[in-house]
Amino acid sequence: MANTYLRQTPLAHLHLDARAANEAADATTGVHIGERLLLGMINLRGQRSNPDFGPAVKKVVGAALPGVNETSGKPEGVHVLGLGPDEWLIITPTGEEADIHANLERVVGEFHTAVTLTGESMTVIRLAGAHARDTLAKGCPMDMHPRVFGPGQCAQTILARADMTMHQTADDAYDIIVRRSFAEYVWTWLEDAAREYGVRVITGLR
Amino acid sequence: MLLIPCPYCGEREESEFHQGGEAHIERPKDPYKLTDEEWADYLFFRDNRKGVYLERWVHRHGCRRWFNVARDTATNQIVAVYKMGSKPPKSITSRGTMK
Ligand SMILES: [Zn+2]
Repeated sequence: MANTYLRQTPLAHLHLDARAANEAADATTGVHIGERLLLGMINLRGQRSNPDFGPAVKKVVGAALPGVNETSGKPEGVHVLGLGPDEWLIITPTGEEADIHANLERVVGEFHTAVTLTGESMTVIRLAGAHARDTLAKGCPMDMHPRVFGPGQCAQTILARADMTMHQTADDAYDIIVRRSFAEYVWTWLEDAAREYGVRVITGLR
Repeated sequence: MLLIPCPYCGEREESEFHQGGEAHIERPKDPYKLTDEEWADYLFFRDNRKGVYLERWVHRHGCRRWFNVARDTATNQIVAVYKMGSKPPKSITSRGTMK
């Protein structure tokens, strides 16, 4: 891992702290947008068909292996996104990923698995507010109506032609996981799309 | 725009997928026994069927899994979706339009 005092988030150059200090949210703010800083991420591949695999992972991670497009755990703590029939993304608070990764490697090493730290390649943009869903719907081909997509669900899909993993964390809040190199593009696209609803930057998201 | 039912993610829009050509084409067990024409047939020649066609698709921007789709090339209607490694549903093959 890079020296911690040199670590910068993929959106550090946008000086979002200063933006947030200058632009206070009020009752008319329809969308709050911020970057969740330096979360840990571990990509896990493995065979769910092996009855011992899920419990072994749960012992380390503290959350059960969710089904495809489902999640487990709390969005503020260690949580797991089901990416595919044999693939999961484990997201951890900053700094907790190394221990979990090491423990996972030790515990699931006996199974047919791959455990890979991927946090440095991604960032998480939090979108919240009454019009968060309207904003995303402008650039996402997925049906996001509450009857088919709600809190606790996740999906890998497209946002304005960029790959994204979307996790609905609450009725009106989403975590948008995008590649580091797409972060500025997605951020500026989101801000533009949210402008008509009144958009404000939030900071200090962990 | 097609709505394609990924066997893992459910219905998603076509823009999340890529088509991967005709399905169920097996590599010949002993290529050296083939004539040039037979080898070329395996490598290059595909059905250009009007009607139900079996093809491979990948959920490229979603779960990134490959699967099979039976699609009517005249109407673009998707008749069936089934996982890699499984045979097409009998309801399709019994129509007599397949190889
Ligand atoms: Zn899929």
